[in-house]
Amino acid sequence: MRARPVAGILLRQFYLIRGSPVRALPMFAWVAIDIVVWGFITRYLNSMSAGRFNYVPSLLGAVLLWDFFTRIMQGVSTAFLEDVWSRNFLNLFATPLTTPEYITGLVITSIGTSVVGLVVMLVLATTVFGLSFFSLGLMLIPFLLVLFSFGIALGILASALVLRLGPASEWLVWPLPALLSPFVGVFYPLSTLPLWMQDVGRLLPPSYVFQGLRTLLAGHALTGASLAIGAALAVLDVALAGYFFTRVFRYAVRTGLLARYSAESVS
Amino acid sequence: MRVLPDSLFGHHSSPDAGSPAEARSEVVLSVTELRKSYPEIVAVERISFDVGRREVVGLLGPNGAGKTTTINMILGVLSPSAGRIRIAGIDLARQRARALARANFAAVYAALPGNLTVRQNLRFFGLVYGIPRLTERVSTLIEQFDLEQLKNTKCGVLSSGEQTRVALAKAVLNQPQLLLLDEPTASLDPSAAQTVRARIRRLATEGECGILWTSHNMYEVEQVCDRVLFLSRGRILLEGDPRRLPSEHGAATLEELFIRLAREPLAEPLERAG
Repeated sequence: MRARPVAGILLRQFYLIRGSPVRALPMFAWVAIDIVVWGFITRYLNSMSAGRFNYVPSLLGAVLLWDFFTRIMQGVSTAFLEDVWSRNFLNLFATPLTTPEYITGLVITSIGTSVVGLVVMLVLATTVFGLSFFSLGLMLIPFLLVLFSFGIALGILASALVLRLGPASEWLVWPLPALLSPFVGVFYPLSTLPLWMQDVGRLLPPSYVFQGLRTLLAGHALTGASLAIGAALAVLDVALAGYFFTRVFRYAVRTGLLARYSAESVS
Repeated sequence: MRVLPDSLFGHHSSPDAGSPAEARSEVVLSVTELRKSYPEIVAVERISFDVGRREVVGLLGPNGAGKTTTINMILGVLSPSAGRIRIAGIDLARQRARALARANFAAVYAALPGNLTVRQNLRFFGLVYGIPRLTERVSTLIEQFDLEQLKNTKCGVLSSGEQTRVALAKAVLNQPQLLLLDEPTASLDPSAAQTVRARIRRLATEGECGILWTSHNMYEVEQVCDRVLFLSRGRILLEGDPRRLPSEHGAATLEELFIRLAREPLAEPLERAG
């Protein structure tokens, strides 16, 4: 893999964000709104419980982690969609750029945009609502890494779906995180769910993160085993998503889908 | 469908194109038995041709003849069903990135991202092509293509002529050995088209690349191309010097020949003329 083509993908995204407040705003606006809304909900719940339970870390912490995951996923798919919207596939893929270089560029773009969102969320949640997120200590790192990896996997999967099904299918991929959220137990233990939903949840890496978060907040020791399963699943998902994208890309080259994409919508 | 006799596939060159032997001696594009079929149609049927250094080859044919399909396969965005493409001697199927690093293209239907400025687009594609000393190269191209006043303008708001200039600047960013131009003057007024034609002709002679050019404008084909390939229903029907082909085949002009081939691709008189 060569650095310069990857840098080209990054530079393009940088130009787009720098030149367009419409693109820059969503990097932090929606997550900030989420934190503010959930922050006040937790304050209200805390007042109702009269200090018997602190909702801030369990609810606001979960929202923060979930939003981080969502931003990662959307960071990859939005960067990909920029090429869909500007009908740039023909210009882009008639170059020496390889698929791994392109995906790497999208992923690094997503890291950049998501980190901005994460910082905004952390600042708001800690300063305004008193979330002591760093009290989770070093466990925060694997939590974020698992969510990051799964967000990347889902972003690549979403991009592959748009490539395969056409530009109009972007409306199918935006709600993917919302579709998964009931299964991963962002705000409740998996045991709350019906058995079949629990089985689905156990296949999804974020469920191990949120289970781990609740375990830590309850003051119990977290065994690395369950989080390791989540991490392994996340790595597997990244590999599967990359494989799927490559297959779809080859299909698009074989059938002419890629060449037609620039000139006319396939849908 | 019958194919014209081999005797028609002579290689000619215009007087101002340098030595034909020299132009053909270094092949920058070699297409061998190229075929593209879909379940319902054969788009390109076992065509073979090559493009030499400093040669401008016109790929002509009616709509749906297979021109853009052929160009897409050479650009690596459409995989052939059979056949081989070599760019500057490098097999496209086996070494895609290496082969495409030696080619570039401009097409009327593939505008550069309109949300980036001229300079940003050139820098972006320059990095993707891995151009060394990119800042210097971009500045040179901005000057060469008269883009100084437009360098900070978003491509989406440029006129057709300005967009064509930017597309051509992008197309020569990597100093390609093979340049593919799909109707580069389609949306230009006659004056702008003439300027672009002259520029492209210079690219071939001074830039020392080979150019494959598609156009429906027979006047411009005669002006620019050293050799033309007539494509119809996915097959090459005729090949030769665009200034001599009409008289060789009993047509008054290249346009008349084009129309005859497009309407009745394998008419008897044309075959006998070969």
